[in-house]
Amino acid sequence: MSIDKFVSLNSTVVPLPIENVDTDQIIPARFLKATTKEGFGDNLFFDWRYDKAGQPKADFVLNNPKYSGQVIVAGKNFGSGSSREHAAWAIAGYGFKVVVSSFFADIFRGNSLNNGVLPVQVTDAFLAKIFSTVEADANSEVKIDLENQTITIIASGETESFEINAYKKSCLLNGYDDIDYLISLKDKIEAWEAQAVKF
Amino acid sequence: MTGTTLFDKIWDSHVVSSIEDGPNVLYIDRHFIHEVTSPQAFNGLKERGAKVARPNQVIATPDHNIPTIDQHLTIHDELSRHQVETLKKNCEENGITMYGLNHPYNGIVHVVGPELGITQPGMTIVCGDSHTSTHGAFGSIAFGIGTSEVEMTLTTQCIMQPKPKSMRINIEGELGKGVTSKDIILYIISKISTGGGTGYFVEFAGSAIRSLSMEARMTVCNMSIEMGARGGMIAPDEVTFDYIKGREQAPKGEQWDKAVAHWKSLCTEADAQFDKELHFDAADIEPMITYGTNPGMGAKVCGTIPTMDDIEASSQNTFRKSMDYMGFEPGDVLEGKNVDYVFVGSCTNGRIEDLRAFVDAVKGKKKADHVTAWIVPGSKQVEKQAIEEGLKEALEASGFELRQPGCSACLAMNDDKIPEGKYAVSTSNRNFEGRQGPGSRTLLASPLTAAAAAITGVITDPRSIIN
Repeated sequence: MSIDKFVSLNSTVVPLPIENVDTDQIIPARFLKATTKEGFGDNLFFDWRYDKAGQPKADFVLNNPKYSGQVIVAGKNFGSGSSREHAAWAIAGYGFKVVVSSFFADIFRGNSLNNGVLPVQVTDAFLAKIFSTVEADANSEVKIDLENQTITIIASGETESFEINAYKKSCLLNGYDDIDYLISLKDKIEAWEAQAVKF
Repeated sequence: MTGTTLFDKIWDSHVVSSIEDGPNVLYIDRHFIHEVTSPQAFNGLKERGAKVARPNQVIATPDHNIPTIDQHLTIHDELSRHQVETLKKNCEENGITMYGLNHPYNGIVHVVGPELGITQPGMTIVCGDSHTSTHGAFGSIAFGIGTSEVEMTLTTQCIMQPKPKSMRINIEGELGKGVTSKDIILYIISKISTGGGTGYFVEFAGSAIRSLSMEARMTVCNMSIEMGARGGMIAPDEVTFDYIKGREQAPKGEQWDKAVAHWKSLCTEADAQFDKELHFDAADIEPMITYGTNPGMGAKVCGTIPTMDDIEASSQNTFRKSMDYMGFEPGDVLEGKNVDYVFVGSCTNGRIEDLRAFVDAVKGKKKADHVTAWIVPGSKQVEKQAIEEGLKEALEASGFELRQPGCSACLAMNDDKIPEGKYAVSTSNRNFEGRQGPGSRTLLASPLTAAAAAITGVITDPRSIIN
């Protein structure tokens, strides 16, 4: 088993300058009834993306032909709320490889990494620069370099570095997932169980 | 050398292995599963040709999809029924105990665990559900995980987790009349925002917390995720031990004495240091209600919505969007606003004490005609107790109906949905856009504030209706 490798990416971006985007917006609960991981991308941001008749809302960014790309850039505190990994499946299923924000909720961050989607946390000032750059020119690109842990606005050359723990970085660079590693620890796990306090 | 925190004692003793500059491999004592976040994990297990490592440490109950009326009939929604049946099949194939629909122990996973004595101090507990933080009220490390981590736990009984930072929130003093533990947590989140706890595991402490019952403590810990915290916990004490003693899966006889002796060691030492520490005065807390689209947007019931001037410039667009969704204006007075629905239930406030508090407040009064009220017990056991104590009868005398247990209107995955544009005072935990149904408008509050709204039909300070 594995996740998709991620090394670096140049892409135009999809701007979503809203704060506190919660996982109920990313994928509303009524779409959580599937028993496989497929198809969630079609329902990404469903209630912001479609009207009651199921027609695309012209004013929502995913329906605006001006914007496209594999990078979504959102306001601070992205992914708060429910632990549903369906949110990460929806983002990956739609085709995004990177989410940029100035703050991420913990569970969403972990779920993204476990599905090969890279959360890139930047400063509020850098986030504002990305939004203004894209507003001026929807075709402008960013470059995300995981090896060097940097994000660059190509047009201006402005760069910021981002944090990721070394283990998760190596998982993404190599396409490894956690479970194979945990299975390899069988003896250690059994040794832990043997010494545990029991009632 | 400084002292150890409650959190460190439990975490450190559960670390099987650590990766340099990376996460810890953490052993999990109890794993709760439900129908929504487990099927893909079982699929992954199957694809790997692996088996559930410790089926005796996994407990299953379907809760999100189940109807809250006519539970003896089939689940009508095909996808919901399929998901519940998939859980049953997966549990049968892997030797996992499941409290299915109509089982006397069925209910919301975070209500069932504590009431059966499965949740105990000192344990590590996970579930593919962010409100797993509820179980921290017993002095355990309990937190929500994603489905990949459900698969890790099923396969190896361990997960990989970076150790969170530590925070202590102290609430000292006595709570005023009509102020409940729900108001404490809504107050804290309104002060520190929905991201204020992100990156931290929180210990709640202080005399106001110590004075709470176990059920009230669960309400506080339940919503620690709503401030972004990985989880919340409260040191176990006599209140905790009294609650657990005699429950079905609690230790018995000599084992009980051994357990209590160990549990008594689970406290934060006097000179322990936290990465962050906050202090609140219980006397400052009044009945709370939310007015916006995240749980941090809360105010005193007798207060007003903030004005635009109160909001940081960079957040004003998001605030405006929220006000438009709710149909409110910045600066509005909250009391007197129309209420269409009242929902009492969920893993936050669906326990027997919550139902008792609601019944005490509505006794001798009548539900407002235009309000639709859903009173939903958190489990079959809560339902049974409510009937035995006469709460069902009392509710009916006041024009209310007691439904059957489940997650109900908390998240609109089953038939209980708030219609578009309608206002619901809900004792649940999230007021996000569309959380209770597409276009629904949620006002989070305590069971007492819900009772006041149900009687008057408008947002009402509960202190005006209770004795």
